[in-house]
Amino acid sequence: MLSSHILSWMTFTPLLGAVIVLMIPKCFEKAIKIVSLITTAIPLTMAVYLFQHFDRDQVGMQFMERHQWIPSFNIQYIMGTDGISVTMLMLTALLSFLCVIASWNIGKKVKGYFFLFLLLETGMMGVFAALDLFLFYIFWEVMLLPMYFLIGIWGGARREYAAIKFFIYTLVGSVFMLLGFLAIYFWGPSPHSFDMIVLGSQGGILSQGILFGLPMSKVVFLALFFGFAIKVPMFPFHTWLPDAHVEAPTAVSVILAGVLLKMGVYGVFRICYPFFPDAAQWFAPILAILAVINILYGGLCAMNQKDIKKLVAYSSVSHMGYCLLGLAAMTFMGLEGSLFQMFTHGTSTAMLFLLVGVIYDRAHTRGVNDFGGLASAMPKYTFVAMIAFFASMGLPGLSGFISEVFVLLGSFHADAHVIGFDQAFRGQNIFIICTIFAALGVVITAAYLLWTIQRVFLGSLPEKWSTLKDINTRELITLVPLAFLAIALGIYPMPILDLFHKTLSHFSQFLTAGG
Amino acid sequence: MENNALLWIILFPLLSSIFIRLYGKGVGRKAVSLIACSSVGVSFVLAVYAVLAFASDHQVQVDHVFLWLRTDQLHTWFRLSLDSLSAVMICVITGVGTLIHVYSTGYMHHEKAFERYFAYLNLFMAMMLILVLADNFLLMFVGWEGVGLCSYLLIGFYYQDHKNADAGKKAFVVNRVGDFAFIVGLLSLFWALGTQAGVWSFDFAVIRDHISSISSVQILGLSAFTFISLMMFIGATGKSAQIPLYVWLPDAMAGPTPVSALIHAATMVTSGIYMICRLSFLFDAAPVTLEVISWIGGLTALFAATMALVQNDIKKVLAYSTVSQLGYMFLACGVGAYASGMFHVVTHAFFKALLFLGAGSVIHACSHEQDMRKMGGLRKSLPITFWIFVIGTLAISGMFPFAGFFSKDEILWQLWNHSKYLWFLAIFTAGLTSFYMFRCLFMTFWGECKLDASSKAALHESPPSMTIPLITLAVLSCVGGWVWWPGFMPLTQFFPHWLESSVIVRHPHGSHFAELLLTALSLLVALGSASMAYVFYVSNISLPQKCGAKCKALYKVFANLYYVDEIYEALFVRPCKSLSKSLSVFDQKYVDGFVNGMSKVLRLVVFIMGSIDRFIVDGLVHFFAYLTKTMGIWVQRIQNGHIQMYLAVLVTGVGFFIALYLGYFGL
Amino acid sequence: MIELGGLHSYLVVGAFLFCAGMACVLLKRNVIHMLMGIELIFNASAINFIAFDHFNSMELSGQLMSGQVMGLFVIVLAAAEAAVALALVLAMFQMIKTPNIDDMSKLKG
Repeated sequence: MLSSHILSWMTFTPLLGAVIVLMIPKCFEKAIKIVSLITTAIPLTMAVYLFQHFDRDQVGMQFMERHQWIPSFNIQYIMGTDGISVTMLMLTALLSFLCVIASWNIGKKVKGYFFLFLLLETGMMGVFAALDLFLFYIFWEVMLLPMYFLIGIWGGARREYAAIKFFIYTLVGSVFMLLGFLAIYFWGPSPHSFDMIVLGSQGGILSQGILFGLPMSKVVFLALFFGFAIKVPMFPFHTWLPDAHVEAPTAVSVILAGVLLKMGVYGVFRICYPFFPDAAQWFAPILAILAVINILYGGLCAMNQKDIKKLVAYSSVSHMGYCLLGLAAMTFMGLEGSLFQMFTHGTSTAMLFLLVGVIYDRAHTRGVNDFGGLASAMPKYTFVAMIAFFASMGLPGLSGFISEVFVLLGSFHADAHVIGFDQAFRGQNIFIICTIFAALGVVITAAYLLWTIQRVFLGSLPEKWSTLKDINTRELITLVPLAFLAIALGIYPMPILDLFHKTLSHFSQFLTAGG
Repeated sequence: MENNALLWIILFPLLSSIFIRLYGKGVGRKAVSLIACSSVGVSFVLAVYAVLAFASDHQVQVDHVFLWLRTDQLHTWFRLSLDSLSAVMICVITGVGTLIHVYSTGYMHHEKAFERYFAYLNLFMAMMLILVLADNFLLMFVGWEGVGLCSYLLIGFYYQDHKNADAGKKAFVVNRVGDFAFIVGLLSLFWALGTQAGVWSFDFAVIRDHISSISSVQILGLSAFTFISLMMFIGATGKSAQIPLYVWLPDAMAGPTPVSALIHAATMVTSGIYMICRLSFLFDAAPVTLEVISWIGGLTALFAATMALVQNDIKKVLAYSTVSQLGYMFLACGVGAYASGMFHVVTHAFFKALLFLGAGSVIHACSHEQDMRKMGGLRKSLPITFWIFVIGTLAISGMFPFAGFFSKDEILWQLWNHSKYLWFLAIFTAGLTSFYMFRCLFMTFWGECKLDASSKAALHESPPSMTIPLITLAVLSCVGGWVWWPGFMPLTQFFPHWLESSVIVRHPHGSHFAELLLTALSLLVALGSASMAYVFYVSNISLPQKCGAKCKALYKVFANLYYVDEIYEALFVRPCKSLSKSLSVFDQKYVDGFVNGMSKVLRLVVFIMGSIDRFIVDGLVHFFAYLTKTMGIWVQRIQNGHIQMYLAVLVTGVGFFIALYLGYFGL
Repeated sequence: MIELGGLHSYLVVGAFLFCAGMACVLLKRNVIHMLMGIELIFNASAINFIAFDHFNSMELSGQLMSGQVMGLFVIVLAAAEAAVALALVLAMFQMIKTPNIDDMSKLKG
């Protein structure tokens, strides 16, 4: 009984928890926090169950649920997971749990905070589990509003600006996404349906028809892609990210960077690519170039930052570039690297933001030049920080390396499979050149991360920080699981890689065969 | 042949490192020293055991640990393999490593962060062993970067001074530039092999079997062999400090001296040469790259040697000397003499580690004074240190029968048969090497002690924990070369025969007589330079009597040279000195300054990009908000509350429609 | 030839009164003057109605005299409107103490 509805339980338990939190009087802060903790621990245990019982040899959807919802429009309630989404579900559950622990010391309006946070978790889980376009869109929007409030009320100095910018920017993308969904519904294969599984297995829908002078599939692909690209974030639609990250409170930054950014890539995996493989192949070289711009531009901008959080934000832009490059490659290794990068970046960037939160709680400043020599005052903190920084840098032996290597390997030989532009363009060499530039990102990342380590942790300690207390147990609890994952997955990545091996091999064949 | 000892060779230092890092402070220093040194010692014993197993089986020893990565086409194992090449390397690494660990227990005795040091040193050992025992590129790359990480951590060990932290960062970043090229080479190799032969693998054995299939591939206009090997070589220049990526090594002297000995002399910096030897089959197929390698190696050797001539910091002399000697090794590989290059790796590990540790002993005794001009006359106070330093100097100068002689002459012999220009370059550099090493020796141990009073009073010989490794290394520097005698001597040629199974070994065709002549010539050059050094740094300042009494025969030679010496001084020496001084200043201000300047340019570019992002890209977003607001304000003006205006508009509109109705607009 | 005293004359008078009234409404600043203008407009329309009735009703509706009935309507409406308008004007005047229409712009957007 449980296993057949596990995804619905995972999605709606936080909602249940949110309702309970609403009912607790706001003076019982401890009770609210404990309820939230339990409510997020439940999806976490279910995620572990998913991990154990996920059938690694099956290609299609597992743990499926299907009910009729609004029959007049053929909207169904479909939940399911396959290799692509199961890692994201696990990541969301883990990060939400850790973030509740990280939010333990929220000062004001505790009830509102946790209510919104639990609502956010419902939205996130739903996005990854939903298999009906309408349902997907609902969960996507459910996710936006709590973020707006969380940033706008509990954020930093320019929180209202950042919140509104984030909200409107993402909403613009969602509008295009909705238009795309409607196009798919009305002009797609009949009977009209929002069912992602059916639509995704057609080998390309909307292949006939012209819209605004271009083939319909390409236009709708671009509309959907635009919505997801804002989320990724892809240059030049990324300017909301630095502000949102800097102004958001620690736990919200972690969720934003760790989960929300991945939704953009997930959307492309789940919707854009299966529905329009021919348009995807057409777009791949452009995407590769944009991905490389992400990597290099993000890295170089990060180097210039004086605020640590903004630096990490730009480094996220840079790392998501790798995901995009793997997507553009459309080879098995590229896709695998992209998916794995989603997971590992989730853990390493979460660690970075948690670390910034630790120091901000103590020093109330985030300027890189304000610090120095922290290694003398806070040795345990420095140790964990080193793991986080080197994981982010992609040091071999840590998980980031494997995902980066897969992406680079996958995209270097991409033009063996992928048709570029029309044959007149030298599609031959573009992926090789892109990959070489992407490899340059390795140097740039190392440069700015090491420079940051030096400015913050090494050197001499200014007088005013000599009384800083080292990292405490609660903060360690949030960081240690992530550090453990970073190291363990670097040495033995097979448990996670196995999850999406079968699905992706089928997927990459499907992509390169169609169109 | 399955041999599970291989994993334990790596695991002992690794587990020890983790344990010391986490619990070192709790168990106390004696326990930490014991654990650290014994873990490496056990590794050494296991390494010897594994090598013996290999020798008796004549089969590559393999240890399958676990399946690491599996994708559609790629199956990469975490698998260690021991063949003759890696056998050499692990013996050197664990052997020299153990000695340096023991030495460190004495040297770092006063250090507050004793535990952290040993944790990182052990981690380095583990990483280096992974590098050489890996049987595929990806695993080797884990070790490759791992040693870079440990180098970073150890160079910046005294991080409280930001200059040290800077040096560590510089090392890592410059290494990363090399790694970028390495990765590109890896990608190209993987792609070329995969598309041509359908083989998607990183295993060395598999690549070797299928390498000929990529002969027709072109990448960016170059043949695949050339491109891949060139990229790999650039990666090697980063790790092994050649032109243009050597600038980190002199700065790396900011770390503790045993670190310099282990990492920047004996092991990490040789990983580039190891990689080239491992891929000798690939480099042999790319003659263009080999040319490049030999010339860069030769030029680096010369360049670094000239710089070492004017250094006053004892560690810097040794650092530039390392760069120069690494140039020799590359020179050898560049002419296809891979075995000679590896031989020099081994001998260099012995005598350079010895020299560094000796220098550490001197520094330790002089209360952390590193400037040779402030030393002098230490041979009385530090007898053991002095003697081992002498042995080291002799070895590096290529004096018979010390280790350096055999390896250097092997390289020179190979060069003679390949390119006379390179041979001349090499032998000239050998002369310089001898000169500056002896200069170093003399300035430190001869003459009057120029230390200040308190340091002078504290002068003492190093404790046994330091002197015993020194003596061991000294013995190795003496006998380490006896595994490969030159062709004209009827003694063993064990080393190249040992390496034949895994590396391409070349025996040049030349007469024994020619080889004998060349060997004699190079010995003469070394001796001549040593004599010059003696003349410059001893004769002018000190005690002819005592030195003459100690070395009668040498004195005669020196005396003769003394006269020529004045002519040389006018014609060659003074211009040569000023040239080397300006080269060294050139290096510091311009080459290194170029690297530092690039970072400034980069910061400017980065600043511009940040501003573009803030003003232009973000500005567009702001512009749209502004547009919406402005249009709103305009439209708002229509509603001004004045009834008469409303009425006027009303009337005008009605009039307009009436006119329309009456047909005034042709409608 | 336009005959004197025919329909046209009345329409012209009506139009003239309408324009005069319109001018008052649009150009005068005092509210009372505006109201007077409105009265003029009303009366102009009344003249139009009656004129049309007188000159055309013979052919059209005969006994109905709808135009003249409309004239009576107009008078009543004018009176009602005048009452309401004056009431409003008085209330406004008590609030802002000036009969200037430009000051009564509280309903701006």
